[in-house]
Amino acid sequence: MLKLENVHVYYGHVHALKGITIEVRQGELVALLGANGAGKSTTLMTISGLLRPRSGSITYDGHDLTRADPYDIVGLGAIQCPEGRRIFGGLTVQENLLMGAVRRRDRQAVRQDLDWVCSLFPVLGQRLRQTGATLSGGEQQMLAIGRALMARPKLLMLDEPSLGLAPLIVQAIFDVIRQLHEQGVTILLVEQNARQALQVADRGYLLETGRVMLSGLVTELYANPEVERFYLGGAA
Amino acid sequence: MTFIQFLLQQAINAISIGSLYALMAIGLAMVFGILRLINFAHGDLIMVGSYTALLMLVAGAPFWAAGLVGIIASALAGLIMERVAYRPIRGAPDVAMLLTSFAVTIFLENFAVLLFSPTPRPFPAPAILGTALQFGQLRVASVDVVAIIVAGVLLVLLTFFITRTEVGVSMRAASQDLLAARLMGINVNRVIAAAFAIGSMLAGVVGLLWSVRVGKIDPLMGFYPVLKAFVASVIGGLGSLPGAVLGGYVLGILEILLQGLLPSSLTPFRDAFVFVILIILLLFRPNGILGTTEREKI
Repeated sequence: MLKLENVHVYYGHVHALKGITIEVRQGELVALLGANGAGKSTTLMTISGLLRPRSGSITYDGHDLTRADPYDIVGLGAIQCPEGRRIFGGLTVQENLLMGAVRRRDRQAVRQDLDWVCSLFPVLGQRLRQTGATLSGGEQQMLAIGRALMARPKLLMLDEPSLGLAPLIVQAIFDVIRQLHEQGVTILLVEQNARQALQVADRGYLLETGRVMLSGLVTELYANPEVERFYLGGAA
Repeated sequence: MTFIQFLLQQAINAISIGSLYALMAIGLAMVFGILRLINFAHGDLIMVGSYTALLMLVAGAPFWAAGLVGIIASALAGLIMERVAYRPIRGAPDVAMLLTSFAVTIFLENFAVLLFSPTPRPFPAPAILGTALQFGQLRVASVDVVAIIVAGVLLVLLTFFITRTEVGVSMRAASQDLLAARLMGINVNRVIAAAFAIGSMLAGVVGLLWSVRVGKIDPLMGFYPVLKAFVASVIGGLGSLPGAVLGGYVLGILEILLQGLLPSSLTPFRDAFVFVILIILLLFRPNGILGTTEREKI
């Protein structure tokens, strides 16, 4: 469904992505792992059209996304839940969720999806009239994911959903991610928390300073001693 | 005239001028909120609207028609300004955008000087706006009353717009986090154009009322209003729409208050006193009264 081929991205003179080739097939949950600065967020930003590759190509669902505008990319159903939540603090929870659906024209279905998101995250349903800034970190993350879901994504891209959250909340969020995966949503998950990510993913890519170092099924990655040592805490 | 009546008269004066500052400040705040740009050329939109209205009046049009065309002219000028001067440099460093806004101001003002000469021209007010209303001992300029009413109506409409319409809520979202707004698929071009259009329309309205109040127009007439609007926006909290409104009224009230309280030898320096008080206010609340606290995260 999504294919990045040999994508090079620069921040000015800095070569951030050095020939990334990644594939996400329909219905898969693919994890993008790596340390800080490896290029994971850069990859998502490029897919979403906020960054433009200097070379390489991005194809999605038959469309060429390489030079596309974020407006069109969202229209095609590729939705990103960005790093750090980035919810609209001054808007209410309900307004935040409705902003997620701003690109859609089907009013009735949007209302239904609002109810569905509130069933996934009941705490949001309780706080619909509160402003985003009054929510806790975990609630904001749920709001961010809910907001992305309001767009009825064909491809859902999550950037570090566990960042800065208590383990119990992380569990709850990953339970929802697992649920979505079971419902057939195609997911590209960026995470520093490799352990959590590999527990829900089908396949994974390991990024290091802009390059794909390893890729494969989750079972293969678990078995790899490099991954074990550097990203999973390692054997004693 | 009793003291109460004097107070009431000054209060109406203050709220009237505060209304004009508030409407101007909203236009500035709308654009700043999304683009982080202080559009100093916003003041010249007053000038564009007023001269267009004057041309219509001289051609014999009734005041309401001339006024309407003037407001539309301001809105169009604002949209053209956005398209031609600001959209091409979107994403440029803040300094570049600031310099561009100065460039637009200089261009518009000098163009107007070329067309109309720097000499001020009288702006004929219609009967409804030119009279003084008498309530017993109280004498109130009708234009002041109209300004207050018009501002009230516009503020109600604006509030409805930013809370109940998709474009309005998108505008608030975009001013809080532009990157996240783009990730939602919000049509940023349309939202920015709407911000400019609305702000410019408001400037057009302010222009008409201002021109009637002062009685004459000149190419540089936008300079002080935009300065006052900028100050009002800063006091209220740059980027915040309620802040802009609050700042406008605070500034208006402060001006009239000092005008009345200062000894006559010092009234020419009224503005200096106003700004000293504002500096003190900013020392205690650097982000303004209702200021947004965080800068945009990258």
